[in-house]
Amino acid sequence: MATISTKELTREFLDGIYDHPDGEKVNQCLQCGTCTASCPTSEVMDWSPRQIFAAVRAEMLDRVLGSNTDWYCVSCYSCTVRCPASIPITDVMYLLKNQGIKHNLMPRGTRGAKLSKAFCKIVSKGGRSAEFGLMMKYYFSTNPFAALGNLGFAMKMLGKGRLSLGSEKIKDVKGLRKMLEALEEISA
Amino acid sequence: MKSYAYFPGCSQTKANRAYDVSSRSVAAALGVELRELDDWNCCGASAYLSIDDNKALALSARNLALAEKTSDELVTVCSGCYLVLHKTNKILAGKPRVRERIDHALEAADLSYHGGVKVRHFLDVLVNDIGRERIEEAVTRPLEGLKVAAYYGCQLSRPYGEIDDPEFPVSMDFLARWLGGEPTPFPYRAKCCGGTSMTTSPEVGASLTGKILDSAISGGADCIITACPLCQLTLEAYQKKVSRQMGKKLSIPVLYFTQLMGNAFGLTEKELLLKDSLTAVPALLS
Ligand code: SF4
Ligand code: SF4
Repeated sequence: MATISTKELTREFLDGIYDHPDGEKVNQCLQCGTCTASCPTSEVMDWSPRQIFAAVRAEMLDRVLGSNTDWYCVSCYSCTVRCPASIPITDVMYLLKNQGIKHNLMPRGTRGAKLSKAFCKIVSKGGRSAEFGLMMKYYFSTNPFAALGNLGFAMKMLGKGRLSLGSEKIKDVKGLRKMLEALEEISA
Repeated sequence: MKSYAYFPGCSQTKANRAYDVSSRSVAAALGVELRELDDWNCCGASAYLSIDDNKALALSARNLALAEKTSDELVTVCSGCYLVLHKTNKILAGKPRVRERIDHALEAADLSYHGGVKVRHFLDVLVNDIGRERIEEAVTRPLEGLKVAAYYGCQLSRPYGEIDDPEFPVSMDFLARWLGGEPTPFPYRAKCCGGTSMTTSPEVGASLTGKILDSAISGGADCIITACPLCQLTLEAYQKKVSRQMGKKLSIPVLYFTQLMGNAFGLTEKELLLKDSLTAVPALLS
């Protein structure tokens, strides 16, 4: 469970968003709802994009993070290009996902998080991603039987020669890992 | 001959290799050189940004640093890679605090980046650097009125709107016309394809994909062209599933805009890999 107070969560969030161009504008949300109306997945979100900004103001980010909201964001940037206050809303969604992962504040079994985590593991290891390894990792962390449902698709791709069964590696894997480790040291 | 550093992106190495192959073939036919960036790494895509913003930026910065050794422009065919790389450039240029962290990380890999690389999408290069005249000259097998729904998706023109209009992009419609095709009305041209939600929440994904297929088909299109491997895969792979969920038949050939170009240029199967498609692309263009 969260060991971080809601006040600290808000501070950490603002700190992160200020690192993005136009991030300071989150404080200027008009509560107009344009973002929610533009969002293709707002219907299935527990909290709509507009409500997130109300929650930031009320220092209630923990509730947003405990919901499915950010993980339903598909990064389509429809909200961002329409927001009259020029708030980088998609970046806000990314940061909420970052915070949810960092403090383990997510609804249990968030599938989007599992897929993203599996992806990052593969990329951090070899520098490239490969679909087959990713899907195996993902399905084993969620529901191995669901993989069977996609067997037909996998076979089709295999038949076309479009499925890579091995893993891809760059030449300077060592350098890449050092680079990522250097960032871990800074944040620690 | 104009020459660019080229970032293929992971999807293009196998699953969407037809996009890589057809892009290289079209470039060659137009006298454009694409030099593959040596030892490029995954751009991190939206997945890495979701998990760790800083590491995601470092991954992209590594590619930019490698490109800067030989080039001032880096071309990519994937809209996802394009956006992440482009966005990294913007953040590094505008936020010194982030810049400092990323510089430090690059240093650990014996690299440095000075902000000297412009990131370009291949569509932008073709439409704006090469242009109508040279493209029309290369056409040997015009499309003869083939009805084309040009699908742009999200990350090509949003959020920055530098290549095209963020809400109603049109550059591929022009391109289709230059090839002898006829662009069709397609209101869902820039809505989300569903992307990875097809894996994580199939019901949500299928409804997004369904609306796009439906919009293209009702506009009278013979095919959909795309400029992004994830959009391409989503639109071609799930047509049966989506048809079942929507309760109507949504079946249409989906291909890369570079395959359509190459076909109009008279290029061969080996140069375009039309048979890689999961839809009836070979029959459409035979
Ligand atoms: S569109 Fe912008 S200003 Fe309007 S509610 Fe959303 S974030 Fe606030
Ligand atoms: S970027 Fe995310 S929050 Fe914004 S409209 Fe798209 S799905 Fe909704």
